Amino acid sequence: MEENAFYVALSLLVNFDASLYQIVTLSLQVSLLAVLIAAILGFPLGAAVALWQFPGRGGVIVALNALMGLPPVVAGLGVYLLLSRAGPLGEWGLLFTPTAMVIAQVVLVLPILAALSRQKVEELLGEYQEQFVSLGMSRARMMPTLLWDARFALLTVLLAGFGRASAEVGAVMMVGGNIDGVTRVMTTAIVLETSKGALPLALGLGIVLLTLVMAINATAYILSETAKRRMG
Amino acid sequence: MTSLNVVVNNPIELSAPPSLHFENVEFSAFGHRLFGPCSFALDGAGPTMVMGPNGAGKSLMLRLAHGLLAPTAGQVTWSGQGRPRQAMVFQTPVLLRRSALANLKHALAVNKVPRASRTELAREALARFGLSASADTPARVLSGGEKQRLALARAWALSPSILFLDEPTSALDPAAIKEVEAAVREFHEQGTRIVMTTHDLHQARRLAGDVLFLAGGSVQEHSPADIFFDKPVSRQAQAFISGELVA
Repeated sequence: MEENAFYVALSLLVNFDASLYQIVTLSLQVSLLAVLIAAILGFPLGAAVALWQFPGRGGVIVALNALMGLPPVVAGLGVYLLLSRAGPLGEWGLLFTPTAMVIAQVVLVLPILAALSRQKVEELLGEYQEQFVSLGMSRARMMPTLLWDARFALLTVLLAGFGRASAEVGAVMMVGGNIDGVTRVMTTAIVLETSKGALPLALGLGIVLLTLVMAINATAYILSETAKRRMG
Repeated sequence: MTSLNVVVNNPIELSAPPSLHFENVEFSAFGHRLFGPCSFALDGAGPTMVMGPNGAGKSLMLRLAHGLLAPTAGQVTWSGQGRPRQAMVFQTPVLLRRSALANLKHALAVNKVPRASRTELAREALARFGLSASADTPARVLSGGEKQRLALARAWALSPSILFLDEPTSALDPAAIKEVEAAVREFHEQGTRIVMTTHDLHQARRLAGDVLFLAGGSVQEHSPADIFFDKPVSRQAQAFISGELVA
């Protein structure tokens, strides 16, 4: 019975296992902060690409779409090179800290939020454009209106970003280092426990991770569906 | 049969609305000339009904006049200084995904109305168009007639000196059409220049002060309403009117 993964997961949870809660908290902190920063940068970026015509716009769209599939280890490597002692930002001493993990996840999530919000905003702009021009709105003025009116679609986009951030392991492993009590998150812990052969514990952690992600998605889904039904 | 409800322009001249001038205006796209070259002036009392068969260029003319499209040749000018305040009501009202009140407040905010007076002005406009009870209803779940009234209320809140309407009643039931027409008259009586497209002859007879008749992308005739409906000069207008009456 003790070797059953569900039993392990459950006992970790009900016993308020301190190290488990620390890992879960750090995972959530890192991923939520990364998604928040990526949203603050990525939504206006996506909306700007949707709104303005400029030379190389097609290239930017292709690049954003392609970067949605950026392998986490490549993002991790880039951030590693940037933050390592010999790197341009080495003086900041950020490598192997949670901050470095946040940076790496921002790099991964930003293209998803920018590319998908670009699509959503462009769709909405097609519908609103004549009215906006009629009201005498500048493109810069259209941006906040479009982002607000696309809010339900953007919530789903946000979830896609959060899914990417919370699920990836390569980047946080490389720039965080999986240091116990400092930079160990759910995914890196699962990798470690699996390699140690502690499969029930790894599975238990996996179940906790999955449940968390499901809970967050369910909340967001219910929120957006209720709001959508209310707003038409 | 229609002479009973002809409302010819009541000659109440408030501050005369700015006049609109098309000077050799042309619009081409993909190598095809879709509109013009045309020259005319809308400087009478109005309301001006823009009529003509499908594809005549009515909506195009409205968009050129309102500045949604730039002419590829010629120019659109207004009397007076600068571009007058104007608004447009579309065939399908474009409403934001927010409450009716928030839609109006957004339009006021865009037009730099001070924050403190937005709510009051917005509520006033809603009340005027019978939408007070729907202030907090999401705009996109309103009925078709209410949506168009909200679009009119939004235009009203901006107090335009010219109002363009592009087939505003084509998707509405008779009761809603009546409300929209009443609103158009009210705008007119307040001294707003009305330029409206329609292909409903009866509606045009009810509302028109003058008629701008288009066919094939250019103006065929521009006459006062009574002359246009009784003795149209152009052959196309004669055919259009008799065709409509026979149908």
